Amino acid sequence: MASAFDRQQLTLAQKFGQVRWTLLLLLTGIAGIGAAMLYSAANASFEPWAIRHIARFVISVGIMLAVAMTDIRFWLRHAYGIYLATLALLAAVEVMGSVGMGAQRWIDLGIINLQPSELMKIALVLALARYFHGVNVEHIGRVTVLVIPLALIAAPAALVLRQPDLGTALMLLLGGGLMLFAAGVRLWKFALLAAGAMIAAPIAWQSLHDYQRTRILTFLAPETDPLGAGYHIIQSKIALGSGGVFGKGYLQGTQSHLNFLPEKQTDFIFTMLAEEFGLVGGVVLIGIYVLILAYGFAIAFSSRHHFGRLLAIGVNITLFLYLFINVAMVMGLIPVVGVPLPLVSYGGTAMLSLMFGFGLTMSVWVHRDVPVPRRGVGDGL
Amino acid sequence: MNRDTDRQKLFTRRALMLGGGQALLTSVLLGRMYYLQVVEAPRYTTLAEENRISLRLLPPPRGRILDRHGRPLAVSRQTYRAVIVAEQTKGVAETLDTLSQLIEIGPADRERVLREVSRKRKFVPVTIRDDLSWDEVTRIEVNAPELPGVTIDEGQSRFYPYGADFAHVLGYVAAVAEHETTGDPLLELPGFRIGKSGIERTYDTILRGTGGRSQVEVNALGRVIRELSRTEGDPGADIVSTIDLDLQRMTSRRLEGESGSVVVMDVHAGEVLALASSPSFDPNTFNRGLRRDEWRELTGNIRAPLTNKAISGQYPPGSTFKMAVALAGLERGVITPHSRVFCRGHTSLGNHTFHCWKRGGHGSMNMHEGLVQSCDVYFYEVARRLGVDAIAEMSRRLGLGELVGIDLPGERPGLMPTREWKARSMGQPWHQGETLIAGIGQGYVLSTPLQLAVMTARFVNGGYQVTPRLTRNGDTTMAPSAAPQFPPLGVSATHVRLICDAMKDVVNGSRGTARGSMIREAGLEMGGKTGTSQVRRITRAERATGIRRNEDLPWNQRHHALFVGYAPVHAPRYAIAVVIEHGGGGSTAAAPVARDVLLAAQKLDSLRIAARPERPEPDRSRNDDPA
Repeated sequence: MASAFDRQQLTLAQKFGQVRWTLLLLLTGIAGIGAAMLYSAANASFEPWAIRHIARFVISVGIMLAVAMTDIRFWLRHAYGIYLATLALLAAVEVMGSVGMGAQRWIDLGIINLQPSELMKIALVLALARYFHGVNVEHIGRVTVLVIPLALIAAPAALVLRQPDLGTALMLLLGGGLMLFAAGVRLWKFALLAAGAMIAAPIAWQSLHDYQRTRILTFLAPETDPLGAGYHIIQSKIALGSGGVFGKGYLQGTQSHLNFLPEKQTDFIFTMLAEEFGLVGGVVLIGIYVLILAYGFAIAFSSRHHFGRLLAIGVNITLFLYLFINVAMVMGLIPVVGVPLPLVSYGGTAMLSLMFGFGLTMSVWVHRDVPVPRRGVGDGL
Repeated sequence: MNRDTDRQKLFTRRALMLGGGQALLTSVLLGRMYYLQVVEAPRYTTLAEENRISLRLLPPPRGRILDRHGRPLAVSRQTYRAVIVAEQTKGVAETLDTLSQLIEIGPADRERVLREVSRKRKFVPVTIRDDLSWDEVTRIEVNAPELPGVTIDEGQSRFYPYGADFAHVLGYVAAVAEHETTGDPLLELPGFRIGKSGIERTYDTILRGTGGRSQVEVNALGRVIRELSRTEGDPGADIVSTIDLDLQRMTSRRLEGESGSVVVMDVHAGEVLALASSPSFDPNTFNRGLRRDEWRELTGNIRAPLTNKAISGQYPPGSTFKMAVALAGLERGVITPHSRVFCRGHTSLGNHTFHCWKRGGHGSMNMHEGLVQSCDVYFYEVARRLGVDAIAEMSRRLGLGELVGIDLPGERPGLMPTREWKARSMGQPWHQGETLIAGIGQGYVLSTPLQLAVMTARFVNGGYQVTPRLTRNGDTTMAPSAAPQFPPLGVSATHVRLICDAMKDVVNGSRGTARGSMIREAGLEMGGKTGTSQVRRITRAERATGIRRNEDLPWNQRHHALFVGYAPVHAPRYAIAVVIEHGGGGSTAAAPVARDVLLAAQKLDSLRIAARPERPEPDRSRNDDPA
């Protein structure tokens, strides 16, 4: 108890000493691989992607450390505020998007095109962690307890789906669902939810855009439309498969450099890596991710407060969903839904959100022994 | 505190389940990677290669066609065209403006270029103009700095330096038609030309060569990044024809203005030295593609310029057929050289009267006199004694009534009637009167000028079954090929000599029908036989056999003029057949042509013999001598 008391008033220096540099090193490794692949994607040029990727990462590391240094109770206190602010941005995008043409997913801030949907992934984790932190273990079984978190999940998911951004909506739903699971919601309720989803599926199908339906249909048989909707996934599989065990060598990927591979700087960057570095390169990259995930679990288990546990596990889940959906997508296991590979794909907001998330994880570690009251301290909400 | 411990336990359990789930899903990813990159790697490697590597065919240069002395008759000429690559220009329209100050660009070309540029990808070259002169090429090259994006492309086009003179022998090349594709990918190349007639067609595969291949790396848009490998194809081989350039040109000149044909061949080797058909056409126009009106003019002309009359024209041989009847008579023993027939100007069979061309009659005729004066009554009698089947049998041996097998497409067989043939094709019995008509080469009998030349050659070479050919069997060496050994006809040499003697007197005898065309240069004398076939009868015969040529009909009453001949008489070397359609009499229209051509052939020969010693071949001949 004494140490917990001590950590209530940690000095900045003490906090700095607590930062897990290994985790930062692993993250830097991933971002470095990303920069190298972006350099290759631009045909051996730092312009236009690699240089910005590096710059953004440097800024993101600063933000991450700042978040990590910030008291965990601050984040608890402002969890809902951050969530609501992000939701407002999302709604703003929706309004602007309906004014403009087609799918608009970002707010142009000049230096960065802010995608509120990416930020929402972390904001949702924050809000859910805050909510379940305040729920007693014996109350978790009540159905009424689930109303608020389900609303927290459904509101942004609905907005994102209207944009329409199937990938992010899927991530919000899955991420939120897994947070509920981690928080202890009974398994049979998930079964019930799944059954409900089954019933809702035909209705959802009706509300999907044509291109989204096509994506799902061609996912089932991409070879039926080799020049159209199936082209991306076929070319991606060819690139991966032709990479073999050791790859074609850095900058030597024929599929990617001859432009057979689409979107190689964003969603399909894993394919490019696997083409140039083969199975070995892919396994190494996934291995680093696994280490980061393991770190996340360790930090979650180390936290003395439930908020910290849920926060760390939530960031962990988010990272894993990014990774799994992206890699499974480029390998033709699931439909092409447009989810970037975390810290590797070119894209500012996704990187910023994730690094913000890891800042929170780090903050959990730094403040693992800080006692956090059930209700937020002097709740500013 | 207890509650929190419970919550922590629950969380730990759930977190571990999540971790387990993540491990499981990560294994799925790794498994999928293993499947794609190890198990399926060979398949995907192939697919990736197919993606990036594109095979381009390199068309081989077409072989030349040379005359018997190695002079080119058909060549592949380098052509130049200006092409424009849109992405390298500062503006297609501006570039065309600049270029039009250097070379002429018609408004139609300009419009087409702009249209194609807008339709195609920006790196695809678009042809501005074909067939640039060398002058235009240099003007563009000199101004190249002001014309970014404009380049000169080289291509090949077929060129026939002597144009119409060789059109029927050489044929022409043109774009491949759908039904002509054979699976050879060369034929599917845009702009590829193949032989459509003549030697160009017969020896197309030899002349064509085999295509080379260039492997290039392309990107997803089809842009060529670099060449990976290149295998040069084999250029088409040259074909050495047996044609003599000078003789062919002279013959073509001599036929100008007429509708007819001439065949000149070597009586021992069978080599055709000249083969001309008139009127002709310019084969160069086919290469660039004919305009509609040009095509209509060629196909609508009643003188049939596209038809090679020397091998496809079928005419009643008329009196030129009498040698065959005479030989048949001698061989079958129905006549002797001394047998006599009295000509009163006509003869009768049943209630039909058959007229001799000489109204008053020839009087008493033996075989020699009958041939020299071309007495019809004499040959009515020989034919009556022989019967049509015996005539047909001998004619076949002499090369009539069936394809002689020259290496040109479009040869026709002519017709040698027999009893069996008439029963089969018309369902009617043979009448003896028809035998008499056949005896003077009229009625159903049809032959091509080539067949008549072959027949003549078989007489004057001493009775060997020489067959004609236009090339040295793909032998591309310049050495004159050894005369092939042809089998003997199986007739008496004495009989053959008797007929040759008669042919000599047709031209050189005091009463010969062709004595107006006598060659007076000593040692170059010509022998031969005139023929005149009646168009009316042809018309009936053709109608009956169903091989009538419509375009002949408007020429109504005039006769075809024929002449077969050889020279020199003391040691026959050349045989000739001349047919002038509706030219009148054989002696007046055909024989003079034969005289001029045979004289030219022999003079050209002696010129070359005179020129030959200048070529140094000293030791070889000596070494070869002992054999």
